[in-house]
Amino acid sequence: MTERRRDTDLLFKALADPSRRKLLDVLHAHDGRTLNELCEHLDMTRQGVTQHIDLLEGANLVATVRRGREKLHFLNPVPLQEIYERWIAKFEKPRLKALANLQRRLEKTNA
Amino acid sequence: MPRSTFVYVAYIRTTPEKLWSALTDDTEFMKEYWFGTYCESEWTAGSSWKHLSPDGQILDAGEIVEADPPRRLVFRWQNQNKPELNAEGMSVCTMELERSGPAVKLSITHTIERDTSKFIAAVSGGWPKVISNLKSLLETGSAALEEPYPVASAQARRT
Repeated sequence: MTERRRDTDLLFKALADPSRRKLLDVLHAHDGRTLNELCEHLDMTRQGVTQHIDLLEGANLVATVRRGREKLHFLNPVPLQEIYERWIAKFEKPRLKALANLQRRLEKTNA
Repeated sequence: MPRSTFVYVAYIRTTPEKLWSALTDDTEFMKEYWFGTYCESEWTAGSSWKHLSPDGQILDAGEIVEADPPRRLVFRWQNQNKPELNAEGMSVCTMELERSGPAVKLSITHTIERDTSKFIAAVSGGWPKVISNLKSLLETGSAALEEPYPVASAQARRT
């Protein structure tokens, strides 16, 4: 069980940073990017991006594949699926969806 | 060459041998984590591969390209039950098993030689659920999800 808790800690720590979430969004939009391509999307040093990617890899949110001399980065959704199953799947999705729709509509009218 | 690839990685606390068997010849076990569906193959290079629905209809078909138990399995995979997915042709699915401390690192790479692929989009919804179920079943003895869309089917039962 301690192993599992460590995985969960790593996962939430990895998600708790806006730059890392941005990296995941960038990969979600287009998977299989090189480090250089990822650097273009973040306003920070290459070293900074590398550190964020290492943390994401440590949490198993990013998987890398070597293709020739390049290392390509992929969003790995498996740990997110586990979060979903643990905390969301057991609740009724339609209600959550209704709530999300309500929020979107209310925020739209505010804007 | 344009291509669409998805990569899935899970660390499963089991042995490479058990995981290999769960992914290949243990049909009854497969049904438990793959929502009642199962595969049929000799699991040797050159043999045919089929993915079947619970009632035995062919969902996907292809052939084994490479089988190196319990390390690496590569097979060609083409959808057989949806014309728009079938039209996209063959995809290649690679499964790699690697010991990692007390666990086995399972990497599944699924690729099709197209820029945008409906087929890859379709399997990308399924793989995380299947892998997560497999992990849960191997580690705890019970699947995380018994149905791919539990809420939708619970609703259907209610109405």
